[in-house]
Amino acid sequence: MIDTENVTCDTCTAPSEFIFDASDEISRGWPRVDIDINPFKGDFPLLSQHPEIAFLDSGATAQRPACVLEAQKRFYETMNANPLRGLYSLSVEATEAIARVRAQIAGLIGAVDERGRARANEIVFCRNASEALNIVAKGFAPHVLEPGDEVVISIMEHHSNLIPWQQVCRETGAKLVYLYPTKTGRITDEEIAAKIGSKTKIVSCGHISNVLGVENPIAKLAAAAHANGAYMVVDAAQSIPHMALDVNALDADFLAFSAHKALGPMGVGVLWGRHELLDATDPVYTGGEMIDSVTEQDAVWAPVPEKFEAGTQDAAGIYATGTALDYLVDRVGYETVREREAALVHYAMSRMVELPYVDIIGSIYWDQHHGAISFNVRGIHPHDVASIMDMDGVCIRAGHHCAQPLLTWLGVENLACCRLSVAFYNDKHDIDQFIESLDHVWHVFNG
Amino acid sequence: MGNLYTSTTFMEHSSHPDYKYEMAAPTHTHDGINPSCGDELTLSLRVEDGVVEEAAFTGHGCAISQASADIMAELITGESVEEAKRLSALFLAMIRGEELSEDDFEDLDEAAQLKDISHMPARVKCAELAWRTLDGMLAE
Repeated sequence: MIDTENVTCDTCTAPSEFIFDASDEISRGWPRVDIDINPFKGDFPLLSQHPEIAFLDSGATAQRPACVLEAQKRFYETMNANPLRGLYSLSVEATEAIARVRAQIAGLIGAVDERGRARANEIVFCRNASEALNIVAKGFAPHVLEPGDEVVISIMEHHSNLIPWQQVCRETGAKLVYLYPTKTGRITDEEIAAKIGSKTKIVSCGHISNVLGVENPIAKLAAAAHANGAYMVVDAAQSIPHMALDVNALDADFLAFSAHKALGPMGVGVLWGRHELLDATDPVYTGGEMIDSVTEQDAVWAPVPEKFEAGTQDAAGIYATGTALDYLVDRVGYETVREREAALVHYAMSRMVELPYVDIIGSIYWDQHHGAISFNVRGIHPHDVASIMDMDGVCIRAGHHCAQPLLTWLGVENLACCRLSVAFYNDKHDIDQFIESLDHVWHVFNG
Repeated sequence: MGNLYTSTTFMEHSSHPDYKYEMAAPTHTHDGINPSCGDELTLSLRVEDGVVEEAAFTGHGCAISQASADIMAELITGESVEEAKRLSALFLAMIRGEELSEDDFEDLDEAAQLKDISHMPARVKCAELAWRTLDGMLAE
């Protein structure tokens, strides 16, 4: 068995030197799920109405099951009223619907008290993970950052967990420090010890890299942060679709995600924070519904979480987010999600390494790619690859994946790459269509 | 869009661009980049008596940016600066999805093949790069 920890792979863009050893795979165990069978596609109207499409861009946004679309409609048809404001029963019903989702999400991510009751008021609704992270960077970070302090993030961050920190560092005089992984995408204990120290006040890291698909050692980062009196922020946008989250196991102080990557509607984001920290966070937006009292010259904020939720929320979206998470967690289940995605990634990678013109970016091991495989086709610009694949009905992402510093650091040509990302609703046929299309791409340019 | 990559003309311009070389004595050079794609292009012109006597480019990028640059260089070679400006404006209008007359399409010649890019918002910048660079250069 090859020791993953000690494989030095400095060949991110040179796959001829990649090791993809069948004997090693066997020792790591093969995924056993039959991906020929797809019991889920029928739940997704777009996928079942367009069998010609192989949707392999779930890392950008998931497809929605019918139950989520119906929930959104049901909200407007049966309980539409502005939550919080009205004193009539429709408004009360809308308010309660949102409160239920708040409690549901708190329970789902382990934000519960000692008796197991959801700490619903630790759940803040906003538009997306970017906004959630901005609330922490703009509303909380300035209270703890002094000139010379350090904010630690990884080079793998999505811009949404990078630019807010650049901004707050610039404003406070703090320094933005980067964790660099090995070329297979692993942040080592040595790197953590070297970067997180007495000057560190905040550590913020993506749970799963949207480019490399690798899971970052959040609990270890949090332990190092807390040992130095710093706070741990987790960008869970790429992990909530794939795995159960527990803020206690992660030892997080703040955690952010978007509903749309986890089968929910676009435009709903969630910020979770420890109550005392949210209490110490300033609202970023002010206005309607976020106050207790207002005078001509002053205003008193409403308690957490309302003080962060200025204006009318996307109530139908929040309601449907609850339905999406019910479907993901209870109907499908994270175990099924994990098994199917592992099998899909394993099958896709084993087919991709057979193609001499495809360079896989990141780890050579299938089990290090949580749903995402980035790659390039030799000598062909990623945008051309994606445009030609589109002709074959294959939807993949191509570009810098909102992670320009990572692609710069990896030294990827054109600062761009292609990414295939799977979800449990994909099947073997989607991967076969993708592989066939790769062959098509190659032959358009190479005869 | 589907036809673009199967067009022999397009693929020929992309794979074997005749006008992609370092010019010996340009009178004008201008850089253009697409930060979102990583496309980089340096356009060189030799203008004499108000006529583009020679046009060439260097750099790298996707097939669309390369083919578009090569087609443009071929089209404006031998044209007056004023005509080059007019053709560039026509091309950019076409890529933005504006209606063009039959005569306009005829004037754009091979560049008219890129018309369907207007339906691919993500690729518009690729097609425009060389032309926007030309525009910037001639405006100076």
